[in-house]
Amino acid sequence: MKRWTLERRTPLLFLLPACAVIGAVVLYPALRVLVMSFTDYNMINPPQAVGWANYERLWADPLFWSALGNTALYLIVVVPVLVIAPALLAILVNRALPGLAFFRAALYLPVVTSLVISALVWKWLYAEQGLLNTVLLSTGLTDDPVRFLTEPDHALFSVMAVTVWSGLGYYMVIYLAGLQSIPSQLLEVAEVEGVSRRQQIQHIILPLLKPQMAVVAVMSGMASMKVFEEVYVMTQGGPLDSTKTLVFHLYESAFVDFDMGYAAAIGVVLFVLTLGLSLLNLRLLGRP
Amino acid sequence: MTMRPAPRSLTWRRRRDAAWRLLALCCACALTLGPFLWLLSTSLKGTGEVLQGTGMTLWPQEPTLANYRQVWDSQPMLRYFINSLTVAVLAVGCNLVLCSLAAYPLARMKFPGRSWVFVGLLATMMMPFQLLMIPLYDLAISLGLHNSTLGLVLPHACTAFGIFYLRQAFLAVPAALEEVALMEGVGRLRLWWHVLLPLVRPSLATLGVFSFVAVWGDFLWPLILLDDPRHYTLPLGVNRLVNAFSLDWRWVAAGAMMSLVPILVVYAFSQRFFIEGALKGALKA
Repeated sequence: MKRWTLERRTPLLFLLPACAVIGAVVLYPALRVLVMSFTDYNMINPPQAVGWANYERLWADPLFWSALGNTALYLIVVVPVLVIAPALLAILVNRALPGLAFFRAALYLPVVTSLVISALVWKWLYAEQGLLNTVLLSTGLTDDPVRFLTEPDHALFSVMAVTVWSGLGYYMVIYLAGLQSIPSQLLEVAEVEGVSRRQQIQHIILPLLKPQMAVVAVMSGMASMKVFEEVYVMTQGGPLDSTKTLVFHLYESAFVDFDMGYAAAIGVVLFVLTLGLSLLNLRLLGRP
Repeated sequence: MTMRPAPRSLTWRRRRDAAWRLLALCCACALTLGPFLWLLSTSLKGTGEVLQGTGMTLWPQEPTLANYRQVWDSQPMLRYFINSLTVAVLAVGCNLVLCSLAAYPLARMKFPGRSWVFVGLLATMMMPFQLLMIPLYDLAISLGLHNSTLGLVLPHACTAFGIFYLRQAFLAVPAALEEVALMEGVGRLRLWWHVLLPLVRPSLATLGVFSFVAVWGDFLWPLILLDDPRHYTLPLGVNRLVNAFSLDWRWVAAGAMMSLVPILVVYAFSQRFFIEGALKGALKA
């Protein structure tokens, strides 16, 4: 009898520490943020319930809508690039080639670099008289220096480039996993039959990578939704709020203005948006 | 009916294909490595050299380590490094222990409510940290964890992803091993430590390097939690250089290079885990 109760308790004891931590740092804050979004909490006064007031403010806040628009644009541009480019890179590094290990390592390097450093490096490259502009001017591609980060029309795209640069290697490896499950005989037969390499890629390899593409689309979408460091380091949301994303707006509301209730409401919106992507993610990954 | 290409032309096509791939890869690697080389070049330039605009050179004419010395002497780089390392080691250690403890019953024991625990953990993976950080900050303040190592470690101390990743690894261990040990009267905890953990060592290593990179590069949480520079981790410290030196990029570059070195060392020694980890883990992330 004693042994039986012990047996029943054992799994719970193993799970307890992990569940306690996750409960404290995920579940409890998740419930708190929902409650907080219906209050006027500002870290100084005790929170007062304000009903839907924060959400009504959101609805009327032009900054929220432009941040939402910027985040949407981020997804629209970054996701397709991160679905296609890493697939092509993976195809390049899949088969034997001299120096293959070096190429793989070099392509993956930006992934292990902390985003702050990457963003700093690119800020330096983007400088008005920086390396990129010097190259562009000396090759005659432009007559005036490009204001990568200070021109509202293209600052967001300059920031996106850094997100793409840091993510390429990660998604490349996911595609590599997919490529390794393609039987090599298939491609050998195609090759012997005189199918050109480009046709092999277009008609055999890419269609077989569809499951990975779906996964990469969802993962890079989630990552694009949470972009913060690049914006913080390179533009602080400027110029003219043109690079202010949803997460950056949330950060400023919460930790610059200490308008916690309002920030919590932005957070809830962010959650609803990510939930859509997450559910899609689960459906894709849940398949055997 | 056209003639099929002869075998000789097949090898020729293979060589041509390899040449194209090499060319394309060199371009791609120039893109990923170039920014790092430019950072290195800038960090080695002396005060006499032109940093940008006309007259700038790709590589310093007289490379010097003066900028590194300057940053090292004027900024508590060692302090930042020790802070980063402490947080990373504690967080990775906690994550490995807590995740592998929790993964064991989820993989190997039948108990009521197992599927609920499972669903609950999955649900936590959908919560963006950017939303949790608001109440988490409030909680940390009220617990007195402001400017503390423990506060920095906490959000990384146990990840649902780690639990799922290790559960997958435990599932692959043959059940017979465990049954024999249980019949011999070995307790579950000893079984976990002496039998199961050694068998999933590669997965532990992979999870370890992945969480190390995540903690090492973390910026948002320390940015919020810390306002005392003595507790700064490297990413915050390097970001601070930008303001501290009124943007002398030689020094910023030197500081950034210094913060890159540790992660490059880790990367050099554990590269296979990164690739393997992404291969196995990514599809379940």
